[in-house]
Amino acid sequence: MFGRMNRRYDTVVVGGGPAGMGAALGALDAGAGKVLVLERDGEAGGILNQCIHAGFGLQYFREELTGPEYAERFLAQVIDRDIDVMPSSYVTGLAVDSEGTKQVRVLNERAGLASIEAASVVLAMGCRERTRGSIRIPGTRPAGVLTAGLAQKLVNQKGYLPGKRVAILGSGDIGLIMARRLTLEGAEVVGVFELMPYSNGLNRNVVQCLDDYDIPMHLSTTVVEIHGRDRLEAITVAPVDAHLQPQLDKARKVPCDTLLLSIGLIPDNELARQIGIQLDPVTGGPVVSSTLETSLPGVFACGNVLHVHDVVDYVTAESLRAGGFAGEWSREIRRPKDSIQLVPGNNVRYCVPHTLSPDREHTVFMRVKQRVEPARLRVGGLMEKTLRFVIPAEMISLKIQPEMLDRFHGDRLTIDIDPA
Amino acid sequence: MRDATTCDVAIIGGGIVGCMIARELSRYRLKVVLVEKEAEVGFGTTKTNSGIIHPGHHTTLDTLKGRLVVKGNQLYDTLQAELGFGFRRIGELVVARTEEEVGVLREMEELAHQKGVPVEMWDQARLRREEPNLSRELIAALFAPTAGVINPYELAFATIESAVLNGVELWVDALVTAIDPVDGGLRVTTRDGELTAHTVVNAAGVFSDRVAAMVGADTFRILPRKGEEYMLDGRLKGLVRRLVFPVPNKVSKGTLIIPTYDGTIMVGPTAIDTDDRHDVSTSPEGARQIFDLVRGLCPSISERDTISEFAGLRAASDTGDFIIGRTAVPGFYNAAGIQSPGLTAAPAIALYLIQQMGEDGLALVEKERWEPQVEHPVRFAQRSVEEQRALVEADPAHGRVVCRCELVTEAEVRAAIAHGARTVDGVKFRTRTGMGRCQGGFCTTRVMELLQEELDIPFHSLTKRGGGSWMVTPMGEEA
Repeated sequence: MFGRMNRRYDTVVVGGGPAGMGAALGALDAGAGKVLVLERDGEAGGILNQCIHAGFGLQYFREELTGPEYAERFLAQVIDRDIDVMPSSYVTGLAVDSEGTKQVRVLNERAGLASIEAASVVLAMGCRERTRGSIRIPGTRPAGVLTAGLAQKLVNQKGYLPGKRVAILGSGDIGLIMARRLTLEGAEVVGVFELMPYSNGLNRNVVQCLDDYDIPMHLSTTVVEIHGRDRLEAITVAPVDAHLQPQLDKARKVPCDTLLLSIGLIPDNELARQIGIQLDPVTGGPVVSSTLETSLPGVFACGNVLHVHDVVDYVTAESLRAGGFAGEWSREIRRPKDSIQLVPGNNVRYCVPHTLSPDREHTVFMRVKQRVEPARLRVGGLMEKTLRFVIPAEMISLKIQPEMLDRFHGDRLTIDIDPA
Repeated sequence: MRDATTCDVAIIGGGIVGCMIARELSRYRLKVVLVEKEAEVGFGTTKTNSGIIHPGHHTTLDTLKGRLVVKGNQLYDTLQAELGFGFRRIGELVVARTEEEVGVLREMEELAHQKGVPVEMWDQARLRREEPNLSRELIAALFAPTAGVINPYELAFATIESAVLNGVELWVDALVTAIDPVDGGLRVTTRDGELTAHTVVNAAGVFSDRVAAMVGADTFRILPRKGEEYMLDGRLKGLVRRLVFPVPNKVSKGTLIIPTYDGTIMVGPTAIDTDDRHDVSTSPEGARQIFDLVRGLCPSISERDTISEFAGLRAASDTGDFIIGRTAVPGFYNAAGIQSPGLTAAPAIALYLIQQMGEDGLALVEKERWEPQVEHPVRFAQRSVEEQRALVEADPAHGRVVCRCELVTEAEVRAAIAHGARTVDGVKFRTRTGMGRCQGGFCTTRVMELLQEELDIPFHSLTKRGGGSWMVTPMGEEA
């Protein structure tokens, strides 16, 4: 029920976006009796609510939905299956007692600062955007420099433009989507500037959001200075060399009143950090076993808080699994401990989960460091697969079968993705 | 525009110095008006100050700043009890790398004894035990326990609030364009109206020489000196527990490691002379200078940990010292050339100046009632779980989180607006909304909604910090 919160649950899910709702449904499917979703915003759906463009659900629902539609479908199921969803609730702490029971401390205007008991917890807090500070752009600090996600919220949920003449730094998907959105709303988008020699967004977004609107993308180019006292007046952009160092002799000034930053996403792991969960410095998310369990027993993680995904369908698939294991945990079902360490090898930036168990099928998500076309993916000496191309912006999903792991007798399994 | 009015004292400039003078004057039966060119007080040099309350042994007694700093330092405990800003005496270390530098520490120790500043010499063993993350190459340190860290903008906000509570009138968005001698004093023309004052105090900071020139009292020049600061990620909280200065020399230029009042580590500032009085830009060279220097003090600090950077201008004068007091123009006083340790000295500057004004005949008759206290802002995130529970029970608006990174509640934001915040930055510097990891990505719209609601102004009229710093523009308007 929406707006109901009791004191005791089998599984509590922190975050009511697509990952949280998927996890809640997964937990219920696995037999958890009572499940609660805690959402910090006033409604469930998370960032999907501001993504009013289409393109969601192609894999999971086999049809093209908008963000709010995708969220709505999940919320309908969640409510229909009597999962409790508590909005406007902010988790300020999580403790584990000597019996392994979790105490989730949650701040809510009606319940006050309440303590909710749970057998298992799923972390599904999503991610946040990297900011100007994280890439250190020199210059002044005027109004008009903001993340693409904030701009999206202002346009789609508040009905205001962040500015009239807009430059975009970084080619992350939200930036590309906003290039199109702002153009449609009458703003002039002067260009997208990307530090790397390739786009960081999905190919389909480059085509549908930039090419179709004649918005130029300047690769291997970055913003080196911000100008303007009260409001942004211009940026200086410069091409970068092979070591990504700006070539200042080739710099030029671009007048604009707005600079959107679409320079990457970071798992929002303050809670995990606060309770001492081990994090992977590469993904920024928790280190997880093949049951998507973190270093804290009975606490699971999924979605963008675990690692940043490219499409929501993968988030859903992963969170259904995480929720399933969390639901099992609440019924005191324990899976055998993992015995195989998964090691990112050549050109593999990371793999999630971090360990595997030979007793069942696994889905491993990974990202590459560099574009390779075509590519050969090798899992130890166990399997090989040719991929048409791999790029850092697009996740690779790989199924590993138990029969394959049966033949494996080591404890470290390396994944390499090399040119084919 | 306001109606033309008269007053006993007009103070030009709402930085920390102007605010302190206003509050001190509010004890007396005087009509005092403070005029500020920005949308809120403290938005100039004050906001970008390093936030250090100096013990006083870096400056010699032959300068005015050297004399006022120790007294200023001592006044801060009472001020904090009355005004409730973030302030903690965490102590400072001046660290030495060579025997030669230890010699400089001994000179500083001697000066400290002369000025009555408590200090303690630490050997390497003591330094390593107290601050294990500092460089192993450091061999000694001079510890001064009375040094503190402060949130300077909170001090400005609370000081002006106290002044206003005691009758001072505050004019914002009121840039001074002319000052003319008239019958009964000086006429001050501002963008928001005119006022005629018996006495005018020039506390215009970086612009104080220009204000002095308006009445022909320009006996000095301001040579703005820029300082860049870099705020580091929360993962470094606790890295050092005290302020860490290298031994002062030509290279260090006052750059140091600052564990701020809120626990975040900040490094800076640089010291670069500039002609541009609006130049608050940061630069790759500034960053390199600072990080090269602080890495030598604390090797685990990295440029990569920067979450935000800013710069401010010190209103340094060509005399190198504070310029405080009467001028050749009757009724016109300067409180100018205030550079480090100006923040520390500010309460003493106010007392020093007002004494002179009294000597010159300003009637300093104390009011029967003067209220030293202001309501201290509640900082939800700093409270214990039990206190938080009680706060939410008393006010459900504490149960609505606005800024998730810094755990700032709606009740805090509404209170900040009730206590004078008019802009997004005004809320930010009062409550810390948008100061955390996401830098306002998640909370900016909510803060704007609350400003819109409380101030009853259109969403698109809101600004980041007044003037032309607009945030959004309505859709469908011609570009």
